[in-house]
Amino acid sequence: MFKSALIGLLSMLAVLVLPQAAQAEYADVVINNYADAAGMRPAVFPHWYHRIRFRCKVCHADLGFKFKAGGNKITMAKIIDGKFCGACHNGEISWSVENCGMCHSGIPGTPTQIHGSTVQRLVAPTYKSLSKPKPAK
Amino acid sequence: MKIKYFFLSVLVAATFTVVGGNAQAAQAPIKQVKSAKGKVSGANVFNRLLKKEKQRNAPPPEDGIHDPANDGTHVLQPPLIAYDGLPKTEFGNYVDWVKALNDGLLKPRYDRFDPTVEPLVMDLDIVREVKASMPDVVFPHKPHTQWLHCSNCHPKIFIPQRKANVINMSAILLGQKCGVCHGKVSFPITTKSCTKCHSKPKPADWKPPKSEASLKNPWR
Repeated sequence: MFKSALIGLLSMLAVLVLPQAAQAEYADVVINNYADAAGMRPAVFPHWYHRIRFRCKVCHADLGFKFKAGGNKITMAKIIDGKFCGACHNGEISWSVENCGMCHSGIPGTPTQIHGSTVQRLVAPTYKSLSKPKPAK
Repeated sequence: MKIKYFFLSVLVAATFTVVGGNAQAAQAPIKQVKSAKGKVSGANVFNRLLKKEKQRNAPPPEDGIHDPANDGTHVLQPPLIAYDGLPKTEFGNYVDWVKALNDGLLKPRYDRFDPTVEPLVMDLDIVREVKASMPDVVFPHKPHTQWLHCSNCHPKIFIPQRKANVINMSAILLGQKCGVCHGKVSFPITTKSCTKCHSKPKPADWKPPKSEASLKNPWR
């Protein structure tokens, strides 16, 4: 009984929070494979910022990024070894990894997603919103 | 707008909630309706269920996925500053990336070290006939090869052979085939973007194929 009540309450809370859609830029990727568990904010990757500077080929062919949000299993160890983000974010092409908060800037608890994707819009929004719903007066 | 979202949320919540919180959820809309102007129901509005973006290209601290409590968030560039002067569209980032590249407004690198490397562009259009009444699809290799490398699509996503690929809109909308990029990063599938792919009109004498059910109908 208590369990079902708890699930009901949780689902209601989730549903209350969800419809206030986040307005992040189309194609922003939230990567939260390990960040939350490690006590860091999830990383947010802005596609728009990077495609102004590089063509898709650079990351998706040369660096081996898969076309799947969260599908690359990126860790800080790999980045420091010069893989994935670390191929550029090494202080040579772009700023280095000591700027933790520049990537790890997502709201804690935001699930891995590609923001504004068709799947996300069709099925259900999976993200939490910043703005709280209005309390019933 | 917020009230509408709240209505929606409460409605959905009421259907989803099993036990707890149900009473609270059910009470809320009654009070909201009473507070509406005059005697007319506030529910008679256009596009009650249509989700509209409140703000296009919101700056990172206000976009709902970046944490404003994080100092780094405020250092990030707001997209609108970067988009200044770029051609606009009605979907995605609201920027026509392909046109911006062709007009020379953007010079993204093809090699991560060397800005002078030119992409391997192939100019080949593939026409895919569409069974139904939508215009046929023209796939232009040119804008794709300007951004991508052959190996990004071939042979894993698209078999480079005629008639070897079965593509339909359901698959695309669910993120397969063209949907691996379109609908995630490159321009999305909206009612405003159909004709970007479905761009070759059917011949003048074209008629929609009749369905089996209609052909076998003994009463026709």
